[in-house]
Amino acid sequence: MSVVTGGPAGRTAYLNARLLDPASGLDTAGDLLTVGGEIADLGPGLFKDGAPKGAAVVDCAGACLAPGLVDMRVQLREPGDEHKETIETASAAASAGGVTAMACLPDTNPPIDDVAVVEFIARRAREVRGTKVFCYGAATRGLEGAQLTEMGLLAETGAVAFTDGGRAIANAQVMRRALLYASTFDALIVQHPQEPTLARDGDMNAGEVALRLGLSGIPPVAEVMMIERDLRLVESTGGRYHAAHISTAASVEAIRAAKARGLRVTCDTAPPYFTLNETAVGDYRTFAKLDPPLRAEADREAIVEGLADGTIDAIASDHAPHDQDSKRLPFAQAEYGIVGLETLLPLSLALVHKGRMSLNALLACLTVRPAEILGLPLGRLAKGAPADLVLFDPDRPWRIDPDQFRSKSKNSPFDDAPVQGRALRTVVAGRTLFAVETVAAAVA
Amino acid sequence: MAAPATVPSVVFPYRDLLGIEGLTPEEITLLLDLSERYTEANRRPGKKRKTMRGRTVINLFFETSTRTRTSFELAAQRLGADVINMQVADSSIKKGETLVDTAVTLNAMHPDVLVVRHPESGAVKLLSEKVDCAVINAGDGSHEHPTQALLDAQTIRARLGRLSGITVAICGDLAHSRVARSNILLLTTMGARVRVVGPPTLVPATFERLGVEVHHNMERGIADCDVVMMLRLQTERMQGSYVPSTREYFRFFGLDYAKLGAAKPDALVMHPGPMNRGVEIDSEVADDFGRSAIQTQVEMGVAVRMAVLKVLTRNLEARQRAQANGNGAVMGEAS
Repeated sequence: MSVVTGGPAGRTAYLNARLLDPASGLDTAGDLLTVGGEIADLGPGLFKDGAPKGAAVVDCAGACLAPGLVDMRVQLREPGDEHKETIETASAAASAGGVTAMACLPDTNPPIDDVAVVEFIARRAREVRGTKVFCYGAATRGLEGAQLTEMGLLAETGAVAFTDGGRAIANAQVMRRALLYASTFDALIVQHPQEPTLARDGDMNAGEVALRLGLSGIPPVAEVMMIERDLRLVESTGGRYHAAHISTAASVEAIRAAKARGLRVTCDTAPPYFTLNETAVGDYRTFAKLDPPLRAEADREAIVEGLADGTIDAIASDHAPHDQDSKRLPFAQAEYGIVGLETLLPLSLALVHKGRMSLNALLACLTVRPAEILGLPLGRLAKGAPADLVLFDPDRPWRIDPDQFRSKSKNSPFDDAPVQGRALRTVVAGRTLFAVETVAAAVA
Repeated sequence: MAAPATVPSVVFPYRDLLGIEGLTPEEITLLLDLSERYTEANRRPGKKRKTMRGRTVINLFFETSTRTRTSFELAAQRLGADVINMQVADSSIKKGETLVDTAVTLNAMHPDVLVVRHPESGAVKLLSEKVDCAVINAGDGSHEHPTQALLDAQTIRARLGRLSGITVAICGDLAHSRVARSNILLLTTMGARVRVVGPPTLVPATFERLGVEVHHNMERGIADCDVVMMLRLQTERMQGSYVPSTREYFRFFGLDYAKLGAAKPDALVMHPGPMNRGVEIDSEVADDFGRSAIQTQVEMGVAVRMAVLKVLTRNLEARQRAQANGNGAVMGEAS
């Protein structure tokens, strides 16, 4: 891998690309020019008379050039758990995975429930100069589910939405007030939809596999009942609501019905929920321990359906780095979650390869839709848009190898999984942060 | 007949005994036949043999246990092994040592067999991956307790003469029971019909997926059964969380003569112990030597554990011979 930065004037010409803009439906052979941090121009035959003088030239050789991925849910572990991940290592991982912007959950230590922590993360991100980093504010102080945070001040400082991260806002009164109060600022409330009293001490999906392994089960109903409760509160408060990482067929159905009723609700899922089912836990594989847990095959299939028909708006990596010591434990004691930044694109592309979604429809879930949900002016391949780009070969076959991950943590259940599609070059604000050598690159 | 000098020809190709799951009827029969011979030998004086002379067995218990640990200790000593008991529940774990660290530490002491009990499902398998010796699961969480299932099967064979074609009702707290899981796996593998009986909070319908009948009524559940196997109900689960009270539980699911009348007239009553008299089983039934096989279970426990130790030691010898001859071990992994 080599990192190639832009030419002297910060101008880079991308030649012979397949231009993809999911927002407009653009899918055409063409070229693109970035100047500084913006896309200056794009289209078929843009450089038919040759690339502009003084611009760095990237020959895309027919590969796909799309808006960089906007990952709406990652855990950066900084501040607090820097032995698992830092903004710098997460940024390196994101770049290798084609992600150009990421929104980090407030479950840091201290949690992002105070303006100072938002400012700290913004400063660290500026120092790293890598992937664009946004953060959620905690919905309640200390993520304790009781008292609301200073949502207005946090939003002014840059918090893009409010959530208690990996914890459900379980108390109905707190949720109702969070929705009401957030609506003052038209802020979004993101829920980890799981009824904690049903999920408590649960290790994996309730069902035959859990029974055989003697592990305690988290029933699928724990998810949909929280979503349905929240939908009632959304209906009565007019708040904006987003259900994170939905994993069950019933949840897809509930959101589908709510959208049909015209509620302002959105949702996302993560690759494991449309790629794996509960059998991946196999013989106590702690790398397959997720929250929510991997579900039954019928649920996995329903998640694919939900993505295909647009019920599910976005795909997030749900990047949750953990060191060996947090996972090399008896199953019940191991931490939940997997790293996902570097596998988000190839695992999602499987939906295209299997004919379940068009390439642009999939890219919308990974770029413009999450950007819109979080109110970010990102995820578009258009004149004047930020030059956050990913160049990728959608067909390139490879095997996932966690040892090669740039993330500090290697907790992935996709070890050695054969996949198709890989980021070749990742550009943030016109600067190339990641490039695979095989892409012809030269300064004109 | 003397106890066997050699093991019959059926292969038991495993380093460890981590569970009943995956064992074939032939492999189970091999262990039971061998137990039968040890049972006879154990009834005579001069019980100590040389099968495991020079071998070290460590009983590693992360949960307190008296009868299982004693049974394993006795089995190993009768085979001539040196036995060490480690009650880890109150030492290293409290100092923050992880299970894997404990495994690596013990492995460096070159034991031949580790007998492990742990409160978490899957923990014994995790530990077995980090050591070079044979590992016997003496109970992991709610997962498996293979030697208990083997001794229960051996008890049934001794009393009824067969396993195939009989009907066994397993009653009580199935949801949290490793004994129940191992017994279901073993009995269904050997061709017995299995019913599971208890309130839905303790016997979820998911059990049907294991090929057993689910019953929530005691009389119907044990009707015409050959064996009624009672499970222990943990005290913390009978104070309102899973069942409202011990009184109510005993009324509807405790085994007394009135309910036992539904089973076959000579039906065998079993319990893995320790019993909660007046909760899951009535004292009269427990103490009825004509019906209750509880003492036989304890006797079979030692013989079955000797059989398991014997077979795994034979495999250990074969592997060490192969290594000495410069060949890689040609042994299957854990079952």
